[in-house]
Amino acid sequence: MSTAHQHQPSPPASPPEAAGPPASETFLNGLWKENPVFVQVLGTCPTMAITNSVRNALAMSVAVIFVLVCSNALVSLVRKTTPKEVRIAVFILIIATFVTVVDYAVKAVSIPIYQAMGPFIALIVVNCIILARAEAFAYKNGVFRSILDGFGMGFGFSIALLFMGSIREILGAGTLLGYPLFGANYQPWVIFLLPSGGFFTFAFWLLIFAWWRERKDKRAKATRPEAGQLEAAPQ
Amino acid sequence: MAEPQRIFELYSSPHLKRPVSTDIIMRNVVMALAPVVAFSTYQFGVSALLLVLTGMTASVAAEFVFTRMSRRDNTLGDWSAAVTGLLLALTLPPGFPLWMAAVGGVISVALGKAVFGGLGVNIFNPALVGRAFLQATFPVAITTWTPAFVPGRFIETVPSTLAAPFMQPAPVADYVARAVDGFTGATPLALLKFQHIDTDNLRLLFGMTSGSAGETAALLILLCGAYLAVRRMLDWRIVAAVLGSVFIFSGAFYLAGHGKYPDPFFMLFSGGLMLGAVFMATDMVTSPTTPRGIWIYGVLIGAVTVVIRLKGGLPEGVMYAILLGNGVAPLIDTLTQPRIYGAPRKRLFPQKTAKQTEATK
Repeated sequence: MSTAHQHQPSPPASPPEAAGPPASETFLNGLWKENPVFVQVLGTCPTMAITNSVRNALAMSVAVIFVLVCSNALVSLVRKTTPKEVRIAVFILIIATFVTVVDYAVKAVSIPIYQAMGPFIALIVVNCIILARAEAFAYKNGVFRSILDGFGMGFGFSIALLFMGSIREILGAGTLLGYPLFGANYQPWVIFLLPSGGFFTFAFWLLIFAWWRERKDKRAKATRPEAGQLEAAPQ
Repeated sequence: MAEPQRIFELYSSPHLKRPVSTDIIMRNVVMALAPVVAFSTYQFGVSALLLVLTGMTASVAAEFVFTRMSRRDNTLGDWSAAVTGLLLALTLPPGFPLWMAAVGGVISVALGKAVFGGLGVNIFNPALVGRAFLQATFPVAITTWTPAFVPGRFIETVPSTLAAPFMQPAPVADYVARAVDGFTGATPLALLKFQHIDTDNLRLLFGMTSGSAGETAALLILLCGAYLAVRRMLDWRIVAAVLGSVFIFSGAFYLAGHGKYPDPFFMLFSGGLMLGAVFMATDMVTSPTTPRGIWIYGVLIGAVTVVIRLKGGLPEGVMYAILLGNGVAPLIDTLTQPRIYGAPRKRLFPQKTAKQTEATK
C-alpha cells in the first residue's frame, strides 16, 4: 500500500525548468528575435516620448532594466504563494514599488534628467513590457531564468530606444549624446524632435524588422520547407 | 451578296467615346501647369525653374525606386509622380534650398503614395504630404520668402537655393535688399497677419507679389484650371465650392469685423488658395466622388482655410485644410451615397408605415 502511494505522480508544482531551452536563449530571445519593441510592439509609449535624444533614451533604459529585473525576480519568488485570481494586483504592487525606488533615485542623481523624463518614470508602472514578462515568464519560471529574461528583455528595450534615439538625435539636432557631429552649419530636421518624427522613426524600424523577418522566413522555407513553417508559427 | 445593313449597333455600358486614361489626364495637368511654371520663372528667375526641375526629378526617381523595391509594374509612364513633384515645387518658396526640395519630393512619393500601395489608393494628396513634412522639418527655410522681380534674377540664383546638402542655406537678406529697400520679403498673408499691411487686390490677381513659386498669379492659375475643366479633366464643382465658401465665410467675417478682417477678394487671390483649390483639392484620388459629397468637401476646405487664416496662428491654412478634406473624403463618400433609382428611401428617423400604426392601435 505504502509503495503504491509513493509511486503516485506528484503534481508539478512548477513547470519543468530543465526541459526548457538553454539559458542563453532565454537571454538572447529578448535582444533581437523577440525584441519587445520592434517585434512584440510593446511599450511604444516611452519609445515615442523619451527617444528625442540618446541621453534620455539611456536614462529610460537603465530605469526599465532595473524595474524589469527586480520585478521579474520578485514575481518569480512569490509565484507559488500567489493565488491566480489576484496575481495581476500583486504584479502591479511589486512593479510600483520598484518604480517608486527608481523615481526617487533619478531625482536624487540628476534633476535635469528627471525633468526631461517627466511623467514617464511614473508611467513605467503601466509599461506593458514589464507586466507582460511578469505574466508570461516570471510567473511560470524560476528565479534565475526570470532574472535572465528580465535582462534580455530590458536590453532589447534599450537597443530599441537607442536605435530610435540615435536616429532622432542625429537628424533632429545633428548631435550624438550632445556632441555636434556635422559642424555648426548643419541644418537640423526639426520634425525628428517632434512626436510625428518619433512615429516616422518607429515606422522605419518596424519596416526594417518586418523586412528582415520576412527574408529570414523565406530563406528557411527555401532550404527546409517544413522547418520554415514551424519557425513562422507564433511561439 | 452584300452583308445586311445594320440599323442599330448595340453596346453595353459604359459608353465612352474615347478612353481617358491616367497618363492622358496627368500629361494634361503638366501641360496646364506649364504657363504657371513659365510665369514663376519670369517672376522669380532661374531659382524657381531649378526648384521645379529638382522637385520633379526627385519624385520621379523615388517613384522608380519604390516600384522596383515593391516589384510592381513601372508606373513612371502615368506621369503622376511628375505631377506630384511639380505641384510640390510650386508650393515652396522660390529660394528654397534644392536639397530640401529633393527631400520633399522623395517624401511625397514615399509617405504620400508608396506606403499606401501606389496611385489610386493613397489617402492624402502626395504633394501636400511632402509639403507638410517640409513645413515641420525645415520651418525656417519654408517661410523665408524672397521678393518677385529682383534685378539679375535670370543670371544668378537666390543665395539659399544652392545650399550644400544637409547644410543650412545662406542668408538672403542682401538679395532681398537688392529689390526694394526695406522690403521684408513676406507674403501678403504674412504681412496682413503680423504687420497689418494690406496688399492691392489687382497686384494679387496678376501675381506681382512675393509668395511660393507657383501660387502668386491667381488669374493665370484660374485660366489653366479652366482649360482642364473644359477638357473634363478637372471637376469644376470642387473649385467652385472651395472658392465660393471662402468668399462667403470671409465675407461674413469682413462684414462682422468692422475692418478687422480682410475683404473676401483679398482672401480669394492671396496665398496658395487658387493653386490649392484648382490643382490639389481636385485630385481625383483623394476627393469624394458623389455629387453631394463634392460640395460638402469643397465647403469644408474653404471653411477650414478661412478659420486658420483669420483665427489661427499660421498666416496660411490651405494645405492643412485640403489634407483635412482628404482625410474625411471617404467618410463623406459613405454618407452621401446617392439613392439607386427605385430603391426605397432610407430615412434618418424611420417613420411608421400605415400598417405598423394600425397594429399598435
